[in-house]
Amino acid sequence: MMLDKSILLAIVLAPLLGALIAGLFGKRIGRVASHSVTIAGVGLSCTLSIYVLYQLVWGGAQVFNQNVYTWFEVGSTSAHIGFLVDRLTAMMMVVVTFVSLMVHVYTIGYMAEDDGYERFFSYIALFTFSMLMLVMSNNFLQLFFGWEAVGLVSYLLIGFWYKRPSAIFANMKAFLVNRVGDFGFLLGIAGVLMWFGGSLDYSAVFAHAQDPSIDMASRSVELIAGHPWHVATIVCICLFIGAMGKSAQVPLHVWLPDSMEGPTPISALIHAATMVTAGIFMVARMSPLFELSETALTFVLVIGATTALFTGLIGVVQNDIKRVVAYSTLSQLGYMTVALGVSAYSAGVFHLMTHAFFKALLFLGAGSVIIAMHHEQDMRRMGGLRKYMPITWITMWIGSLALAGAPGFAGFFSKDAIIEAVGESHRVGAGYAYFCVLAGVFITALYSFRLLYMTFHGKERFVVDKAGHAHAHDAHDDHGHHQAGHLAHAPHESPWVVTLPLVLLAIPSVVIGFLTIGPMLFGDYFGNAIFVREANDVIGELGNEFHGAMAMILHGFTQAPFWIALAGFATATWIWLFNPSIADKAENALRPIHTTLMNKYWFDNLYQAVFARGGVALGRGFWRGGDAALIDGAINGSANLVDRMSALVRRLQSGYLYHYAFAMILGLILLLGGSWWLFMRIAA
Amino acid sequence: MTFELVCFYFFGSVAAAAALAVISVKNPVVAALNLVLTFFSMACVWLLAQAEFLGVALVLVYVGAVMVLFLFVVMMLDVDFAPVREGFVRFLPVGILVAIVMLVEMLMMIGVRTLQTPLTDDPATLAGMSNMGWLGRTLFRDFLLPFEVAALILTVGLIAAVTLTLRKRTGGKTQKPSRQVMVKREDRVRLVKMDAVRKGEATP
Amino acid sequence: MITLAHFLTLGAVLLCIAVAGIFINRKNVIVLLMCIELLLLAVNTNFVAFSRFLGDPSGQVFVFFILTVAAAEAAIGLAILVVLFRNRATIDVTDIDKLKG
Repeated sequence: MMLDKSILLAIVLAPLLGALIAGLFGKRIGRVASHSVTIAGVGLSCTLSIYVLYQLVWGGAQVFNQNVYTWFEVGSTSAHIGFLVDRLTAMMMVVVTFVSLMVHVYTIGYMAEDDGYERFFSYIALFTFSMLMLVMSNNFLQLFFGWEAVGLVSYLLIGFWYKRPSAIFANMKAFLVNRVGDFGFLLGIAGVLMWFGGSLDYSAVFAHAQDPSIDMASRSVELIAGHPWHVATIVCICLFIGAMGKSAQVPLHVWLPDSMEGPTPISALIHAATMVTAGIFMVARMSPLFELSETALTFVLVIGATTALFTGLIGVVQNDIKRVVAYSTLSQLGYMTVALGVSAYSAGVFHLMTHAFFKALLFLGAGSVIIAMHHEQDMRRMGGLRKYMPITWITMWIGSLALAGAPGFAGFFSKDAIIEAVGESHRVGAGYAYFCVLAGVFITALYSFRLLYMTFHGKERFVVDKAGHAHAHDAHDDHGHHQAGHLAHAPHESPWVVTLPLVLLAIPSVVIGFLTIGPMLFGDYFGNAIFVREANDVIGELGNEFHGAMAMILHGFTQAPFWIALAGFATATWIWLFNPSIADKAENALRPIHTTLMNKYWFDNLYQAVFARGGVALGRGFWRGGDAALIDGAINGSANLVDRMSALVRRLQSGYLYHYAFAMILGLILLLGGSWWLFMRIAA
Repeated sequence: MTFELVCFYFFGSVAAAAALAVISVKNPVVAALNLVLTFFSMACVWLLAQAEFLGVALVLVYVGAVMVLFLFVVMMLDVDFAPVREGFVRFLPVGILVAIVMLVEMLMMIGVRTLQTPLTDDPATLAGMSNMGWLGRTLFRDFLLPFEVAALILTVGLIAAVTLTLRKRTGGKTQKPSRQVMVKREDRVRLVKMDAVRKGEATP
Repeated sequence: MITLAHFLTLGAVLLCIAVAGIFINRKNVIVLLMCIELLLLAVNTNFVAFSRFLGDPSGQVFVFFILTVAAAEAAIGLAILVVLFRNRATIDVTDIDKLKG
């Protein structure tokens, strides 16, 4: 049976409609109507996405690949809006819409006191639409549209509190760094158009790539004379640069920690679960292309491994609760990239799914803590909150266990699959990657449990003001006149609109790995959506040893990752639960390392000094030299020239009759002379 | 050396000399009179070319009307012509140069060929009528519209000249018959009721 | 024998005298107008000569029209001169430079 086109259109357009209504008429229809219309739209999308997934997996529906609208046709190039809905897409659709729905409900509580309430809902519904267009696309142009649209909405949301200078700095940074990635992405798309058959449709491009008679793997081109490069390598590296920007891989990772300037719900939605995973999704979708180039895959592998380890290290020294989770996201994105790099695309996408759930949970939980602490985000002023916020405490523990890879939780299955796949791979760089992912397990456990202990356990490091004066001026973003560490009244659990999404996200964080690893990785879940070459099929090799999820859990207790994670857990417990002073002593002892980590390896400083200042200097140079001197000079100069010329010519207008008559006579003389000369020539 | 040639040279040189005088004399009245002489001489030259009508028309129209008008204006404008002479000598060389250059060019244009073209028989006589008849026939047959338009031009010129120079003199008394006829009895006569007798002082 | 050249030469001479007159006379607008009449006279002579030699009456008809128009033009020119004199009290050409650029 075929999937119904109108269902797919409804999935995409319902959030858009909600966004438009809330965006254009929000102030008029009021808060309740705004959030209702957007939640209705996203809720409809979610329900229909689950239905589509059900049809594809159990209902025997076929892959849907159709164009729904032709934008233009110029000669042989044409652009369409179309949908490619296979199981990979359906999985992404469910993840995106479900997390988006959770965030929408959560926002009712989180942004309750904010002026821009309706605008926020409009933006997150618009984001949902953009992300759906991206994942459901069946051609590169629509993919790029979705890509840019999510970047735009991310910009709008990071700078949501646009009166804050730090927020504006952050959203510009995000947009510009993404731009660098998008530049590479566009080059990649152009390369696809040029070398892979002159079409932008996935089906045509993949058919061209996999056609044995054309043999794209060995086609090369000389961009610089004398140095031939494989076409597939060039295209794949360029496409991956786009993924590096969007999914925040080193060195284009600098925007993600700054994006924490936005409200917590969007950190959960965009910068954990969905937008940053667009790059991962794209590489998985383009697996037929990436499989053509070993070099590109090695590049992906090395970048991913570096990101996984080094950004995690930074997370260990952060004191802002959201920053810890942000760096954790960066690290986990590195893991997904590593999986892609060893051709374990299904493992990477599987981790994408599980990570979406528990990372969104962690962010929303952090948001719940932030509300309770009246927007205090520094963990050094928290502690002992488990008495006040039990639901948040328990769900955060579940999320952290999933993140650290405790056997049985969702993260365990996906992370262990990746680590074992890396171990099996023979690709260049796999050794380095294996070291990085293993070290990363220790670091992940370290910072995850550090966060939990500092926030929920131990002594309370804040003081509740006994005076208990009322908050008449409850500004949303700063309580500057409270001394740091003082709260007006004791923290309490957040309202149900906040805790319900936490619970609803905790459930998949526990069970989804267990339930889906079999069919997804080792079954035929992805079918033709993902293509892996025989020689690279590490998942296939793992599959030979897979005997079911339960067996994997038991087996996991004997594997290295478990012991490393346990070591991390033990270290974190020893330091932050029992002996907090060790942390300070270690910081002093390892001062150089600590400083490096606090400065984020000086990436930001480098970019600021070289690129930002360089850009400004270039602009200034062009302004002074080009615009002021050349263009203004030319235009003003030509006006000046006209002025001076006319001053000269003006003298001809003397006002005297005899001058004019003289001029006429001179003309007559010339005329006579000329005609005599002509006459002579003709007569001769 | 025929009689016509001698006449031609005589009248031609008189015309040229008079023209020179027009541009060089101090007194504008003398200049105007010299211009009259030029016109007369040229009329005679035209008679030599058997263009009788035009020659006479030149005298009648130009000398009789236009030059008289000139003289009127010259005498009406009470011009102080002492400062008129200055600047004359300064521009004389350039002016003469320009004139001579032009003359030379034109003579070159006229060229040698025309020297050989003799005076053929008068076409009017050939056609069997006088010059006037010949001219008149062409004028009223082929050029009737231009003729009417020329008349119109003259009318317009008349109106334009009057309009330009008309001055209203203030203080003059004129009668407006139209206003006189529009007068009513009430404007001229007013009946007032008065006592026939008035109490006054006794006469002394 | 009077040839065409004679007439044309006479016309040329008168024309050049008139041109020189326009140029060298700086002080008298009336002489300017008279030089214009001389110009027209020279042109008329040319027309008459050619009409005679080519046997075409159109030349003389044209002279007729030139005469007409020249008369009208002289009248109007003098009217302008009169008004100019009323306003400026001078016929010095060098003082009439209001159209100076």
